[in-house]
Amino acid sequence: MFHRFANPARFLRFAAVIQPWIAGLTVLLFAVGLYLGLLASPADYQQGETVRMMYVHVPSAWMALFCYTGMAISCGVALIWKHPLADLAAKATAPVGASFTFLALVTGSLWGKPMWGAWWVWDARLTSMLVLFFLYLGYMALNNAFDDPGRGSKASSILALVGFVNVPIIKFSVDWWNTLHQPASVVKMGGPAIHASILSPLLVMGVAFTTYYLWVLLIRIRREVTANKVRALQMRQASRGEQ
Amino acid sequence: MNGFLAIVRRDLRLAFRQGLDSLMVVAFFVIAVVLFPFGVGPQPNTLARIAPGVIWVAALLASMLSLERLFQTDYEDGSLELLALQPVALEITVMAKVTVHWLTTGLPLIVAAPLLGVLMNLPEDGYMPLMIALTLGTPTLSLIGAIGAALILGSRRGGILLSLLVLPLYIPVLIFGVSAVDVVIGGFSAKPQLLILSGLLVGALPLCPWAGAAAVRQGLE
Repeated sequence: MFHRFANPARFLRFAAVIQPWIAGLTVLLFAVGLYLGLLASPADYQQGETVRMMYVHVPSAWMALFCYTGMAISCGVALIWKHPLADLAAKATAPVGASFTFLALVTGSLWGKPMWGAWWVWDARLTSMLVLFFLYLGYMALNNAFDDPGRGSKASSILALVGFVNVPIIKFSVDWWNTLHQPASVVKMGGPAIHASILSPLLVMGVAFTTYYLWVLLIRIRREVTANKVRALQMRQASRGEQ
Repeated sequence: MNGFLAIVRRDLRLAFRQGLDSLMVVAFFVIAVVLFPFGVGPQPNTLARIAPGVIWVAALLASMLSLERLFQTDYEDGSLELLALQPVALEITVMAKVTVHWLTTGLPLIVAAPLLGVLMNLPEDGYMPLMIALTLGTPTLSLIGAIGAALILGSRRGGILLSLLVLPLYIPVLIFGVSAVDVVIGGFSAKPQLLILSGLLVGALPLCPWAGAAAVRQGLE
């Protein structure tokens, strides 16, 4: 399975078949999730209608971490087995993951203003997400920094793996840092467990975000494969022109 | 071990013959810290409050500024390829280069830090933890930085890129380095923070030369 789809042509055929299904599933899940989240679920007794921000905020935060994990795994696979598609998958994931991180930060900020009274708090979660955003930016910058695209993808793969080691460290350290400076000033999800009427739309939205990611990933990988083909053809044409 | 010492000796000699380079780092460190009393005003209380953070951030930036030299000059004149070809593991070579980087930047920073503490009106209790935390933290900075310095070999606009790659990875060291000083000033023990800093160092010691060597290898391909 794993090495079967190392062949880009085979992968492209496979992707062409499943892409419309994933697209349909994404649209359906978003429709259900948004209906449940925005209309069918109750408003929070304390936070009122703003609690609905959660249905976008929490899934995008999940996806931000999920994408980085996926990217790091792809980078490892690309470095170890020189799997051609893993490289493309990591490259295709980075901007999507960065967008999810950005979305999580922006929605969190919009949610924070009415709830905490501030757009930004130097809380553990916020800080670690910001660092994650910088790691994505560093990955993308390094990927584009070389004239030879092969060099860029290798260098950035190493960076993604190094950054992955750092993610749990960052999480722990800012927890520490936070308890020392401003303990328990932040609304936490602990305490009462989430009620099913709020949990189920959240889970539907989480799955919808995941299928959306897969959909975009397929589009981006197909685009990368095509771009590589175009580049190869151009190179061949250029070398033929020289002779 | 012989190979390690030979590279350390060579790079130290190069650093001394270039003379002012490592002093420049200290000069940057001092000037960056001295800017803060102008920026936030000279009230002793304000300065004392921000002193540990400012000293640490300046140390971080100073250590980062000198990273570019770590492999770049050897890469440009081709001696890095010869160093990679010699019968010493590349990890050892990277480790030797990191050692020299620490000796020429980290150590001067630690020596200069008490002076800056005086300028920033650092409370008396803060000096000891600041020195210990810097001693534990700056080698980690050099180790992590070596990965970044190796990754940017041959890239366009390496210096700016390096800061984007390395600074997010420096954040844990900064957090615990500053909080070690802050808790002692606040009247508590800095043992947990210092233990975590040592843990980061002990973790970085084997992992960073390994990743750095992988990065150098792909840079030389």
